[in-house]
Amino acid sequence: MEELSTGVNVSTPTTLNFFEARKLSIIFFLAIVMVAGGMVTICLGTYQISIVEVYSIISTHIFSPDMVDSLDKLKNTIVWNIRFPRIIMAITVGIGLSVAGTIYQGCFRNPLVEPYILGVSSGAAFGAALGIVYPHIFISIQLGAFLFALLSVFLAYSLARSRGQTPVVTLILAGIIIGSIFSACVSIMKYISNDTQLREIVFWMMGGFYYTQWDDVRLTVPIVLISVAIMWFFGWKLNVLSMGDEEARALGVNPEVFKFIFIILATLVTATCVSSVGIIAWVGLMMPHAARLIQGPDNRFVIPTAALMGGVYIIFCDTIARTLTTAEIPIGIITAIVGAPYLIYLLRSKEKEIFG
Amino acid sequence: MLKVDNLSFGYKNVSVFKNISFRVEKGSLCGLFGPNGSGKTTLFKCCMSFLKYNSGSVFIDGNNVKRKKIEELAKLVAYVPQEHKPPFPYLVKEVVLMGRTPHMGGIFGISKDDRRKVEEAMEMLEISHLADRPYNQLSGGQRQLALIARAMAQETPLMLLDEPTSALDFCNQIRIWNILKKISARGTTILACSHDPNHISWFCDDVIVMYRGGLVAKGNPKSVVSEQLLGTIFNDICSVGYMDHLMMVYPKNIQAGCTVAAVNNSSP
Repeated sequence: MEELSTGVNVSTPTTLNFFEARKLSIIFFLAIVMVAGGMVTICLGTYQISIVEVYSIISTHIFSPDMVDSLDKLKNTIVWNIRFPRIIMAITVGIGLSVAGTIYQGCFRNPLVEPYILGVSSGAAFGAALGIVYPHIFISIQLGAFLFALLSVFLAYSLARSRGQTPVVTLILAGIIIGSIFSACVSIMKYISNDTQLREIVFWMMGGFYYTQWDDVRLTVPIVLISVAIMWFFGWKLNVLSMGDEEARALGVNPEVFKFIFIILATLVTATCVSSVGIIAWVGLMMPHAARLIQGPDNRFVIPTAALMGGVYIIFCDTIARTLTTAEIPIGIITAIVGAPYLIYLLRSKEKEIFG
Repeated sequence: MLKVDNLSFGYKNVSVFKNISFRVEKGSLCGLFGPNGSGKTTLFKCCMSFLKYNSGSVFIDGNNVKRKKIEELAKLVAYVPQEHKPPFPYLVKEVVLMGRTPHMGGIFGISKDDRRKVEEAMEMLEISHLADRPYNQLSGGQRQLALIARAMAQETPLMLLDEPTSALDFCNQIRIWNILKKISARGTTILACSHDPNHISWFCDDVIVMYRGGLVAKGNPKSVVSEQLLGTIFNDICSVGYMDHLMMVYPKNIQAGCTVAAVNNSSP
């Protein structure tokens, strides 16, 4: 929102052009694409419901909630209780993972970092596996995944911190160590689980929105959107931070404080997303790249652009996942297959621009 | 402007320098001279409070550096590091704009004033034509100019430059020193380290010479940079002569080379 005011200033003639107007219009355009995408994909599904019916169901819920009982029970359930929360969730997870990826890449000064770098995914997988194998002890799979995701990052961070500093290389190595420990623990859980549980663990790890309900949306959306807003607010500090710790200090940005804030928020977002929908790969790596390609590396613009592109990308992939065959395909497979060609293209053609 | 009192620093058991004291007067261009490994960069990092020194104190404009918050310190002193490559292709104008960070409010809107300061800094260093080029694709010398422009945009009373001319060609080296002179004439105090005794003697108002973990000389470079001093720190391979009234330091014998002691004198 603050950006809009700077955008207006651009029209005043100066020799230096900071391109805000063009960048803001791209963001605005992506926002429209995302909303339109959601509105189109809600009409798609294996069970055919006409566009008119879909929107009459939604408008009934929004404008005259007391009339809901008069709706067709089955169609109401499909549109309002399955598709709608699912699309909201897909957008939120896309936004969350993309922004978390942008933040991690900036903090770690490495464009190849993804949100799972500090072991979030392995931690979450272990927590979920515990919940699946020991349902009596660990009541909620989601809560278990969330707690272990946070635990893994906490361990990695404290392992890397020494004498008041957390050097980037140490942090990444610590993340790899913690990640591999939790991966081993997941393997143990797979080994001791029975066939049904094993199948459930594997499916959980491939990610998917099949179980999304309004309750998940109510929990996830505020956490993700508030954290993303705070991180966006500090976008310029992330630029300075990505120049290196000493330079950030010289420019008046305390690297330890801001690295901590960024990592905490990005981890919170990632853990929330992963614990509710499983591990969705590629988005957090790809979207920041794509956004940087369009907008340049200034994080004040990369963050919202990556967020919106992530939202669009996940609804797109999730729609393929639920409509391509009669059974559901785990979305992790789709994001990887759709995303890989894009990354190959980046690697072969834009290597110099992105990797310097 | 900059006052260093009895400053000592060491990593664990290895002392880098001991009991260093000097002052840099307001508006002067002061050179810091010394062989490789004599602790010049470490001294800068102590002044910037990147490193926690063991004893002594550093005052900038009457403020004890140790007691200042990072945000406040950034309004007092700007730092130009040796050139480096960031991983993201920020444009030159964005890099220069980063110098305005300490002056930006909580909201991340960039004011017209910030923009004007960035333009001025780039014009002064004559890099306006590079404004829209990615910083990490420039040559080392151009990056150095951008970093100096960033420090200018930061508008601090004191500026520390770590070998500002190390990556520059012959002509640009002279240009940078003249620009530094211009900046200091406007009232900014500058402390810059350099490996070239000629530059120090031609351009600096003052010089501080570090050698073997301490100060060996300070004062007017015209008198300090002498055959005797260079003989001490560079094992007697330099001569000082005059060429059209320009003081010139040159090697006595280019085959002589440096002895190991002269190159690796960081041992305490």
